[in-house]
Amino acid sequence: MLDYTLLKLIWWLLVCVLLIGFAIMDGHDMGVGTLLPFIGRNDDERRVIINTVGPHWDGNQVWFITAGGAIFAAWPLVYATAFSGFYFALMAVLWAMFFRPVGFDYRSKVADPRWRTAWDWGLFVGGAVPSLVFGVAIGNVIKGVPFHFEDNMLPVYTGSFWALFTPFTLLCGVASLTLLVFHGANYLQLRTEQQIAQRARRVSMVSALVLALVLTVAGVMVSGMEGYRITSDILVGEGISPLTKSVLHQTGAWWINYERYPLIFLLVGLAYTGIALGLIATLARRGGIAFIGSGIACAGIILMAGSAIFPFVLPSSSHPDHSLTVWDCVSSQRTLNIMFWVALVMTPIVVGYTSWAYRVMRGKVTVANIQANSKSLY
Amino acid sequence: MISESLVDLSRLQFAATALYHFLFVPLTLGLSLLLAIMETVYVMTGKTIYRDMTKFWGKLFGINFALGVTTGLTMEFQFGTNWAYYSHYVGDIFGAPLAIEGLLAFFLESTFVGLFFFGWDRLSKVGHLSVTYLTAIGSNLSALLILIANGWMQNPVGAEFNPVTLRMELSSFTDVIFNPVAQAKFVHTISAGYVTGSIFVLSVSSWYLLKKRDTAFALRSFRIAAAFGLASVLSVIVLGDESGYTAAETQETKMAAMEGMWKTEEAPAGLTLFGIPDEVNKTNHAEIRIPYVLGLIGTRSVDKVIPGIDALEVKIASRIERGIVAVTALEALRKDPKNAEKLAYFKAVQADLGYGLLLKKYISDVRLATPEMKAQALRDAFPKVTPMFWTFRIMVAVAFAMLALIAVAFWSAARNRIESRPWLLKWAVWSVPLPWIACEMGWFVAEYGRQPWTVQGMLPTHLSTSALSGNDVLFSLGGFLLFYTLLLIAEVYLMLKYVRLGPSSLGTGKYALESTNANAGANGVNAPVYAAALSSKEV
Repeated sequence: MLDYTLLKLIWWLLVCVLLIGFAIMDGHDMGVGTLLPFIGRNDDERRVIINTVGPHWDGNQVWFITAGGAIFAAWPLVYATAFSGFYFALMAVLWAMFFRPVGFDYRSKVADPRWRTAWDWGLFVGGAVPSLVFGVAIGNVIKGVPFHFEDNMLPVYTGSFWALFTPFTLLCGVASLTLLVFHGANYLQLRTEQQIAQRARRVSMVSALVLALVLTVAGVMVSGMEGYRITSDILVGEGISPLTKSVLHQTGAWWINYERYPLIFLLVGLAYTGIALGLIATLARRGGIAFIGSGIACAGIILMAGSAIFPFVLPSSSHPDHSLTVWDCVSSQRTLNIMFWVALVMTPIVVGYTSWAYRVMRGKVTVANIQANSKSLY
Repeated sequence: MISESLVDLSRLQFAATALYHFLFVPLTLGLSLLLAIMETVYVMTGKTIYRDMTKFWGKLFGINFALGVTTGLTMEFQFGTNWAYYSHYVGDIFGAPLAIEGLLAFFLESTFVGLFFFGWDRLSKVGHLSVTYLTAIGSNLSALLILIANGWMQNPVGAEFNPVTLRMELSSFTDVIFNPVAQAKFVHTISAGYVTGSIFVLSVSSWYLLKKRDTAFALRSFRIAAAFGLASVLSVIVLGDESGYTAAETQETKMAAMEGMWKTEEAPAGLTLFGIPDEVNKTNHAEIRIPYVLGLIGTRSVDKVIPGIDALEVKIASRIERGIVAVTALEALRKDPKNAEKLAYFKAVQADLGYGLLLKKYISDVRLATPEMKAQALRDAFPKVTPMFWTFRIMVAVAFAMLALIAVAFWSAARNRIESRPWLLKWAVWSVPLPWIACEMGWFVAEYGRQPWTVQGMLPTHLSTSALSGNDVLFSLGGFLLFYTLLLIAEVYLMLKYVRLGPSSLGTGKYALESTNANAGANGVNAPVYAAALSSKEV
C-alpha cells in the first residue's frame, strides 16, 4: 500500500484532474448549449450546433458524475458537507441538467416549432445554469462556508441559499460561465462552417477578453481577502478527525502559498497563456488550436484556485477549526489506495476511447448534412 | 435531534426518485442486449431488415435511455445532498463502487451509445457491432457496480468501525466485491431487465402483427424477444430464489416480514401462499399454506429453522441491550481516545453498536432509555409485514404470469403459429406493464425490507439524513415531482408516437406507413417540410 501522506496528495491532484476533465469535456458542450439559441438563428443551424456535440455529450457528462463519485469515495466528508450545505444550489444544477439528455434526444423528434424552441431553451438552461453555479460554488469555497460538525460528525450548514451570492462569488460565477462559453465557442468554430463558425469566432474573441478581465479582478480580490491558515500541528500521515486542529482566519492567507512557492505562478501563466492562445488562434481561424487554448485555460484556472487554498478543500467561515483539508477530509488509506490504482488504470483507457470516438465523428457538421440525414440525426 | 418529518420526507424523496429512475433502467438493460443480438444477426446474415430492427428498437431505446441518464444524475448526488450522515459514515466503503461505476461502466456506456446512434455510416459493420456490444456491456457493468454498493447496504461485509474518524472503514475490498448478496441481486436484477426488454419488444411487435403492419419486421422481432425472454424469465425466477436464500441468511427480519412469519415453525417451514397479515394480533387470517416449501427455499435443507418474528424479537431485544453497552463504550473512548483499555473494551462490544443507535431516535443518552423506548425500538427493528407480504407476492405472481406468456409465445414461435393466434397477440399487448410492476415491487421488497436500517444492523435510517429542515426537502421533493412529471409526459408521448410510426420512422421508404401514405413526413417524424421552409427563408 502506498504511503498515506502521498495518497492524500495524489487524491488532491486526482480530484483536480477530474474537475479539469469535467471542465474541458462537459464544459464545451455546456458552452455550446448556452450559445445554442443565440448562434443558431434557424432550425437547421440549431440542429447543426446540437449535432456537433450530439454523439459526445453523454460521455462528457460522465466526467461530472465521476467527479461526484470520486469525491464521495476519496473525500466523503466533502461530499457530505458541500452537497448538503449547497443544497438548493445543487438542486438548481440537477434540475437544469435534467433538460440536457432529453433536450438533445427529444428535440428533433417532433416537428412542432414550439416543441423545438422549448427544448432549445432547455439546453440553454442546462448549459448556463450549471456553468454559473459551479463558479459561484468555487467562489464560496474560496471565501469559506459557514458550517460545523456536530458531536457525532453530522455536518451542519448554517448559511442561507441567498448568502451564497456575494459580489465576489457572482464574479466567480461570471468567470466560469465566460470560460465555458469561450470553450464552447472554440469547439463550434472547429466543428461548423460559414455563418455559424463566424458567429462563434466573434463570441470567442469577446469572451476571451471578458474572461481575462474578470479573472484578473477576481485574482486581485482573492489576494487581499481573508483566507485561512492551519496554526497547529497536523498528523498528515494518519487517519485523523477534522476537529483536532486550529485554524486562523487571516487577511492575505490565500497569498501565502504563492509567496512560499513562486513556481505556482506558472499556473497563473498557464491560465492566461491559454486565453491568449485561444484568442490568437481564433483570429488566425484555427479552431482546433483555439479549443486547445481554452482547454489549457480551464486547467490553469482550476489549478491556480486549488493551489491558492491548498491544503484547504472546504474552509469553514463560522468554525474555522472544523475546516476540511486534504489531510483530514479523506477516506481510509486502503480505500484511497484501491481507488488510486483503479483511476490510474481506467483514466487513460477512458481518455483513449473517448479520443477515438471524437476521431470517428470528426469533420464539420453542415446544414446539407442535417438535411440529408434529418431522421437519424438530432 | 433530527425531526421525524425530515426523515420521512427524505425517505419519500429517495423512494420517489429511485422508483422513477428504475422505470427506465430495466428497459435499458434489456434492450441494449436485444439490440446487440439483432445487430449480430445482421452482421452474420447481411439482411438489412435486421439492421432496420436494430435502428428502430434503438430509437425507442434512445427515448428511454435519455430519461435513464437524467434520473440517474439525481441518484449519484442524492446521497450527499440528503443523506449526508450516511455519506460520512459509510462513504469510505460505499463511495468506492460508485466511483468505479463512473470510471468503468458509465464512461463505456455513454461514450459508445453516442457512436451507436451516430456511427452507422462511419464505422464498419463489425466496428458498429462492437460499439453496440460495448454499450450493452457498459450498462450491465453499471448494474453490477451499483448492486455491489446496494448489496453492501443489505449485508455489510468487509467493514470496520474506526473510533477516531467515527465511521465505518473498508477492511476488505474483495469481501465487498464478492458479497454473495450483491452477486445474487446482480443476476436477479439484470435478468429482470432482460425480461423487461423482451416483453416490451414482444408487446409492441404483437401490436404490429394485430394491425397486420410490417409483419416481416414484427415477426422477426417477436421471435428474438420470445427466445431471449424465455431464457431471461427462467433466470429471473431461479435467481430470485437465490436472492431469497441470501436474504434468509443475512436479513432475517426482511425474510420474516415478507413471508408473514409471526411464529417460528419447525423445519422445514411452510410457505404462505395467501393470507391477510394482522399487525396488531401478529397473525395472518385466511391463510393458504403449502407445507415445507419455504424451509426448502430459504435454507436448502430439511432441518434448518427459519426464525419467525417471535424468535427474532428475543434475539434483537438482547442486541439492543448490548448496543447500549457499545454506544456507552464508544462515548467513554471518545472522551479518552488514547486509553488502550477503553479501546479494547469497545472493540469487544462494538458488534451491536448499530442496535444501540436505534435508541437514538428516542433519547440521546441511550443509557437512560426506558423499557417503553426499548420496546418501541424493538418494534422499529422490523419492516411492516403487510406491505412486504403483498409486494413480494405481487412480484412473484407477475413473474409467473410473464413466464406463462413468454412460454406460450416461444412455443408458438417455434411452431410458426404466431400470426394465427390473435389471442396470444392481444395477451402480449396487454402484458406490457407487467415487467415494470414486478421491477418496482422488487425494489420495494429489497429496500423497504431493509428498514429501519440504511445499512443493515449498522446505521439506522433516522440517523442517516442531512441537517436540513423538513421544508427544504418538501420543496425539493415538489421540484422533483414537477420536473419528473413533465419529463415523463414528454417521454411517454414520444414513445407512443414512435411505436405508432414503427419502422417507418427510419425513413427508408420500405415500411407500411411510408408506402401507403405519402404524407407520413407531415405527421411528424422529422418533417422535412418544416426544416425546408425555415432554411429557404434564411437562404
